[in-house]
Amino acid sequence: MGNIGVWKFIGRRLLLGLATLLVVSIVVFAATQLLPSDPARAILGRDATEQSVNALREELGLDRPAVEQYWDWLTRLVSGDPGESFNARLPIMDYIGDRVLNSLFLLVLASVISIPLSLLIGAYSARKRDTAFDHVSSNVMLALASLPEFVIGMFLVVLFSTIVWQVLPAVTVIASGEGPWNHLDQMILPTAVLVLGAVPYIARTARASIIEVNESDYVEMARLKGAPEEVVLWRHAVPNALGPVFQVIALNVAYFAGGVIVVEFLFNYPGIGGALAASVRVRDIPVIQFLVMVLAALYVTVNLAADLATVLVTPRLRTRLK
Amino acid sequence: MTALPEQQSTPAPPGVLRVSWRMWRTKIGVAIVSLLVLIAFFGRFIAPFGENEALGIPNDPDLEGSLFGLGKLGYDVWTRFLYGGRPILVQAFLSTVLALVLGTIIGLVAAYNRRRLDDALMRTMDVMLALPQIILVLVVIAMFGAQTWLVVLAVGISTVPRIARVVRGTAVSVVERDFVASAEALGEPKMRILGAELLPNVTAPLLVEANLRLTFAIAVIGGIAFLGFTSDPGAANWGLMINEHRGVLAGGQPWGTMLPVIAIALLTIGTGLIGDGLSRAAAGIDRGTVDA
Repeated sequence: MGNIGVWKFIGRRLLLGLATLLVVSIVVFAATQLLPSDPARAILGRDATEQSVNALREELGLDRPAVEQYWDWLTRLVSGDPGESFNARLPIMDYIGDRVLNSLFLLVLASVISIPLSLLIGAYSARKRDTAFDHVSSNVMLALASLPEFVIGMFLVVLFSTIVWQVLPAVTVIASGEGPWNHLDQMILPTAVLVLGAVPYIARTARASIIEVNESDYVEMARLKGAPEEVVLWRHAVPNALGPVFQVIALNVAYFAGGVIVVEFLFNYPGIGGALAASVRVRDIPVIQFLVMVLAALYVTVNLAADLATVLVTPRLRTRLK
Repeated sequence: MTALPEQQSTPAPPGVLRVSWRMWRTKIGVAIVSLLVLIAFFGRFIAPFGENEALGIPNDPDLEGSLFGLGKLGYDVWTRFLYGGRPILVQAFLSTVLALVLGTIIGLVAAYNRRRLDDALMRTMDVMLALPQIILVLVVIAMFGAQTWLVVLAVGISTVPRIARVVRGTAVSVVERDFVASAEALGEPKMRILGAELLPNVTAPLLVEANLRLTFAIAVIGGIAFLGFTSDPGAANWGLMINEHRGVLAGGQPWGTMLPVIAIALLTIGTGLIGDGLSRAAAGIDRGTVDA
């Protein structure tokens, strides 16, 4: 692609993404600096002597100026060393590395299922617009979109693992070092909650977007000049309908970044969402900082990818950049 | 075509409400939400037992005189349910109102001033959107503990950018219209232009967005309680209640989980139906397919 406009656009977006992450890192770090309780005191408990608290403060580097601490933390984070957990007193990567992988597996599984499924539902509803199928699906989608994840999750647990049928495990039991891909039956419910949470949004946008494009002048024009329906669909309609859909897909993958917290907690899934909830409970600041940055990076990357995909695939926007 | 199509396409607020009220989905939504609001606020007055009154063995499903059996610590499940809705509803409502006020002001100011202030405000909003809401709330809880007003503040403030975007998006085109220019020519103060000229023209999308955000606020605040973060762990709360009782779902006492799950499900579906009615009305008025 020898188009300067596109490259400039990509460069600007990349910079904006990095700037966003930098600001998030400052905010997250500053937030932990504002902490009313002294982490060293929190670790050692109320009975610890002043000397041991001070020694620990020094060991953790809490006695240094904030800017210096921030810079140190940031450079180590970028080089792949997020430091040590306050509570476990272990390198964070040692006991969270597996969890990052587990969560990614869950997110990829949910995305791979929810995106094609919702595009199919959206396209089919657009085609069957105002039929019984369209009405039923749009009302089901509305209800699903309104329900919080933990409510969807509890309904699934009631249906499939406790009261109605006992066919699926209600909690995941995955030993450390063992991948969740070895326990696909335990993946079904957590994945299903995320899929049911995401499908309504993508499907509704896909439906609206396809209907809008189908009624547009250029599709009309293509039909009038006698282009075969296949060509009208794939050459004229679909590329223009994809833009908004990409945006919503990105929003949903990003929504997964928040949704995994509740879902992993609910199913006791060994991922970073559950770990974040657990470390908030014990105020394990370094772990919180690291996990928030990981989730923010995921969020920013996905949005960036969606922006790029939108521009590259939508003919209108691509030409505007020239 | 009438003589002044421009002016007719402006959705006036009573129009949206009135048009959406004609739809069944709005009426059903309002009925469901009203019922749950009644339960949450007045249920406690018909509660058979005290909020923290232990009656017997925890999770005993069939104690004489107890409608749905006992739950955690031997409390009456039905009583806890009648008490547990208020915190979620009040917190979700307050945080949405907070977001609505701040978001509208920021959105209008950005749209009206354009250029640098607009850029600065909207870039700040973008950065705030870089974190999912629940994570922001968790960070705040990690810092200060799960105090109620902090959760309300955190949910409210993290909702601000979402509302500001919608308001700005709609107001930007309104700023270009003639009546704004004439108000400026008349020397009306800026506050008046924002409040009296711009605001009435963004209320339709604002109403739709406010409703959507209320639905999400219920989800986030309920979710935070479900994770076990509430200011008073002893007080009844639907989110917390689900978490406390889901362990005994299979053990013959499902009601401690089922009652609050069904209540939150109905509540969010109710607000979702109202929001759908509003957005259908706003879209219909926009396209001129419905009379305001």
